Amino acid sequence: MSTVFIALQANEETRPIIEAIEIDNPNAVVNRQPAMVKIDAPNRLVIRKETIEEQIGRSFDLQELHINLITLGGNVSEDDDSLTLSWAE
Amino acid sequence: MDMKVAKKKLGLKEKYRLMTRDLGWEPSYRTKDEVFPYVKYEGIKVHDWDKWEDPFRLTMDAYWKYQAEKERKFYAIIDAHAQNNGHLNITDGRYLSALKVFLQAISPGEYAAHKGFSRVGREFPGVGTQVACQMQAIDEIRHAQTQIHALSNYNKYYNGFHAFADARDRMWYNTVARSFFDDAMSAGPFEFMIAIGFSFEYVLTNLLFVPFMSGAAYNGDMATVTFGFSAQSDEARHMTLGLECIKFMLEQDPDNLPIVQGWLDKWFWRGFRVLGLVSTMMDYMLPKRVMSWREAWEIYGVENGGALFKDLARYGIRPPKGWDDAEKSIDHMSHQFMLGLYQWSFGTSLHSWIPSDEDMDWLSAKYPTTFDKYYRPRWDHIRKLAAEGKQFKNFGLAKLCQTCQLPVVFTEPDDPTMSCHRETSYKGEKYHFCSDGCQHVFENEPEKYVQAWLPMPALFREFEGDVGAWMDWVSLRDGQDNGDYVGSIDQRNFEQWRGLATSNT
Ligand SMILES: [Fe+2]
Ligand SMILES: [Fe+2]
Ligand SMILES: [Zn+2]
Repeated sequence: MSTVFIALQANEETRPIIEAIEIDNPNAVVNRQPAMVKIDAPNRLVIRKETIEEQIGRSFDLQELHINLITLGGNVSEDDDSLTLSWAE
Repeated sequence: MDMKVAKKKLGLKEKYRLMTRDLGWEPSYRTKDEVFPYVKYEGIKVHDWDKWEDPFRLTMDAYWKYQAEKERKFYAIIDAHAQNNGHLNITDGRYLSALKVFLQAISPGEYAAHKGFSRVGREFPGVGTQVACQMQAIDEIRHAQTQIHALSNYNKYYNGFHAFADARDRMWYNTVARSFFDDAMSAGPFEFMIAIGFSFEYVLTNLLFVPFMSGAAYNGDMATVTFGFSAQSDEARHMTLGLECIKFMLEQDPDNLPIVQGWLDKWFWRGFRVLGLVSTMMDYMLPKRVMSWREAWEIYGVENGGALFKDLARYGIRPPKGWDDAEKSIDHMSHQFMLGLYQWSFGTSLHSWIPSDEDMDWLSAKYPTTFDKYYRPRWDHIRKLAAEGKQFKNFGLAKLCQTCQLPVVFTEPDDPTMSCHRETSYKGEKYHFCSDGCQHVFENEPEKYVQAWLPMPALFREFEGDVGAWMDWVSLRDGQDNGDYVGSIDQRNFEQWRGLATSNT
């Protein structure tokens, strides 16, 4: 097992995104650090457009994530509906 | 009757294909080898460039849109910082030294990365690669500019910021970072991608920007947090590109594996040595600390680096050669390098200091097996001398490692009481190294490293050892930019201005 992670700036735009990530990844651990939030998960983390849209109440383009993204760890795969981070098992 | 047809929005994959691959063409009046002359000499075999994909599938239109938004956010905060005496909100004037290292050693590296990506974007034949490198080239020049711009606010009030470009080129602790980038930029395009994309982006930027920027936030420095996070939002893409490049090479041909492994060994160690500066910034230069260098290494080195090498094992990659030696030095390197900065502080464009009791207690809690045993006694001794009015200074010049250019201040991996020193003779000349890792790098490419420009020999070659003339040449103003923080102009100004800002007298 390896840890994948994503870190986002701590601000008003990312609050609902972090909530969406928690909903979609019950295994994820959210670490709050000064000015940033780092979310760790075992092997795999999925970020879903639909869940974010439900949280923010408007349509959301997953590429908007780039604005508040700080760093990530894992192989990235992205399409219109989701962004997945994973390590080979 | 006209039918109203909703305009179909292109899917991400389709858009990426149209706006990336479809922009390429086959050359007709020159051969591919003539158009891309540098892509084969390193020995990397590529059979299908279309297999290179940006996993984020970022296209230029989206790139401009999001980058513009990042810039607007950045300048809103930089303006607020300048308008609201942001330079007085930092926790302590000592913190400025971390910013000086950053501006002198790291920001010029961003500019070097910009030049490098402009070059490799031209040298790689694949269109996906060209577009990704072009974006990264623009990102990196943005990083250099925003960092210099943000820190120029501090230059109005404090010393040590004014001549960062001279300091970068000529000052002994900064040529560590300079030589890293010069080495990368004078390598072939694939090696450059491992050097910057893998070593600098994947291994270093996490350790540099993330805990350090979080530390900047903790120390009240909104300007630095802002440029740090703004830059780092691009770095996530850069790391992904670096990782993608490694996987691409390994998937294209089994013959690529030993070449890639050799570069991973080399650039891991080169990057790790640059981290010597970063470890010192984290453990000593942040008045309020978020985490120790050791803790940051656990997260981003051991856990994340370990995960990466486990993942790459499916291609036959093993962890880099210097991995075990790196682990052995984690609990020592920041202390050893800070002692180095302090004893040569007459020759630094930043201030260093003797850690306070409170700092030392924190260090011994974070480094329970090493600090009290090896480093506290030395600081105590230095403090005793200072109390007697004798600042501990080493007027001998540091012997520099021919590869990484750090002074040879580190200890043997298995014996922290023995200073580590290696040497090699090549064509009748003797060369010195700080470690086995640096010696190996040299011995693999001696013709490259015998040409390295080293700052200490330059002092003798150019100025016959005249330190005053050397100071002018590196734009160091004696008595202003250098020496102990205690008693410095920076300290006096910071305390006086902060007093004015928080009282009415
Ligand atoms: Fe950068
Ligand atoms: Fe970068
Ligand atoms: Zn070295």
